[in-house]
Amino acid sequence: MFAAAAAAFAFLLFPIVAIFSRVTPGRLVAQLSRPVVTDALVLSLKTSAIAQALVLLLGTPAAYLLATRRFRGRSVAVVLVELPLVLPPAVAGIGLIAAFGRFGLLGGTLDGLGIRLGLTQAAVVIAVAYVSSPLYVRQAIAAFEAVDADLVAASRTLGAGPVRTFFRVVLPLARRGLAAGEALSFARGLGEFGATIMFAGSLQGVTQTLPLAIYGEFNRPPHGFTTALAMSALLVVVSGALLVTLRVILQWQPSRPTSRFLFAPSR
Amino acid sequence: MATLQADFTLPLRAFALELALGVSGTVALVGPSGAGKTSVLRVIAGLVEPRRGLVALDGERWLDTERRVSVPPERRRVGLVFQDYALFPHLSVRANVAFGAGGRPVDAYLERFRIGHLAGAHPRELSGGERQRVALARTLARDPAVLLLDEPLAALDAHTKTEVRHELAELLRELALPTLLVTHDYEDAAALADEVGVLVEGRLRQLGPPAELVARPKDAFVASFTGANLLRGRARRGDGALTAIRLEGGDDLYSADEAEGDVGVVVYPWEVSVARTHVPDADSALNVVRGQVGSLVEVANRVRVRVGPVTAEVTAASAERLELASGGVAYATFKATGTRLVPL
Repeated sequence: MFAAAAAAFAFLLFPIVAIFSRVTPGRLVAQLSRPVVTDALVLSLKTSAIAQALVLLLGTPAAYLLATRRFRGRSVAVVLVELPLVLPPAVAGIGLIAAFGRFGLLGGTLDGLGIRLGLTQAAVVIAVAYVSSPLYVRQAIAAFEAVDADLVAASRTLGAGPVRTFFRVVLPLARRGLAAGEALSFARGLGEFGATIMFAGSLQGVTQTLPLAIYGEFNRPPHGFTTALAMSALLVVVSGALLVTLRVILQWQPSRPTSRFLFAPSR
Repeated sequence: MATLQADFTLPLRAFALELALGVSGTVALVGPSGAGKTSVLRVIAGLVEPRRGLVALDGERWLDTERRVSVPPERRRVGLVFQDYALFPHLSVRANVAFGAGGRPVDAYLERFRIGHLAGAHPRELSGGERQRVALARTLARDPAVLLLDEPLAALDAHTKTEVRHELAELLRELALPTLLVTHDYEDAAALADEVGVLVEGRLRQLGPPAELVARPKDAFVASFTGANLLRGRARRGDGALTAIRLEGGDDLYSADEAEGDVGVVVYPWEVSVARTHVPDADSALNVVRGQVGSLVEVANRVRVRVGPVTAEVTAASAERLELASGGVAYATFKATGTRLVPL
């Protein structure tokens, strides 16, 4: 059993070790002076921040409704919310084009409103939000379901309306689970590749996020692989720092097993 | 004092809860678990909407399905103390108590419930008794017009319970609010309430002062719930004015009540005497049950003795004098006038 655990651990860690074995800290820092890298890093962080703000803003109420209301078709709705999780990224990308693209279902309507999504940052945000939000929403549903209904009832009888009850009782009690879900969603969104490249394209400074830039560099001979390596190291550092920060924030409160999805694999 | 009026129908899983009740003073609803007791409180608090009904405090309508009135819980001026208290785990004792106080100072409540020294503590650090005091303080700090208590003593251990029961009785007298409490324990109900209602499968079997339920139980369930012996048998008109009841075991009992057919003979443990020997015709008590002594349970300064199918309550001194021990033979005797007959 220990051998199996050691093998699994080594397998998961080895590619990361391999990246860093070939990138010196100096090379990694040097990446930050190249416009293609800084453009991609800034774009990645910016689109991720906007996408995650949307995920939190829209996903939280949706998750709360799904967790607390009993209505016909609720279980179907929960399954549908999770559906993008099992979609291959390429399928998600095609779907987004078919829906919001220039010749998509909503393309004409959006065009009429003067909105063109193709090759814009908005398209990146949509792609990132689409693939990452289910991770947050399903964890948020679990977190809201875990809040004792009697506490909500107690708050109401003590004179707090639904909104005040949500902010003073439900949200603080679900916070840990929500943060864990958001960490997953952010990590997944930051690494988003397939849907973005199909739906938003890969235009430096406009839609080229860090993963797209790495792929672009990788395809550029003769030194593409080495620069792609250095940029990968940078992305690992950024994602790792993010994960550690969120972990530390989560450690504030007494441990509850709401963070069990934090290290689940994501595509 | 104001009167809380509740009259509603609420379908539950296995039966419909149907209740019409006026509460001024303290009313206790007792009944087995699953009788719908907690649902009654939830309907009054506005946490559950019944199919049909009216809930009002004097002229103030909180629910009137006919007029499509349904005031949300936060505007009903109801203080509900939950069975396991439902304290907010993420808030300190002070913040819990202040939650519904609308910014008014709560120190007086912390003082009054002797939880001032716990103001900074969190609920998980408190004992059961302390939690209950915090829950009461939090509810009263909201300044309710009606008090609802869900099994207020159930979460406490036996030792704490007696003390808390006494305190709670005093508090309720002092508050003089219409209070509805539910409990599965008849003794708690009798100790705390002016009126007790027995709720079985969603319906009120009997409602009255505790003493009345004991003196005149309407049916077998009420009788056994109030702690009486219930012996099943068949009644027929006997000698003179008495009714004779042939028990399932073959013994004959006599009652001053009139009845025919299948009945339950109700006799309270304190109406039953216990003896080691029995001399026929030397006793005014007509009813004699011979049986093996079963369990002997001490309750304060009394002993509950089981003789055959009958439980008797005797003083500890008597139990000792009679050298009652389980396994021996004894006679339980009680007067025909000490029995009540209820239909089965």
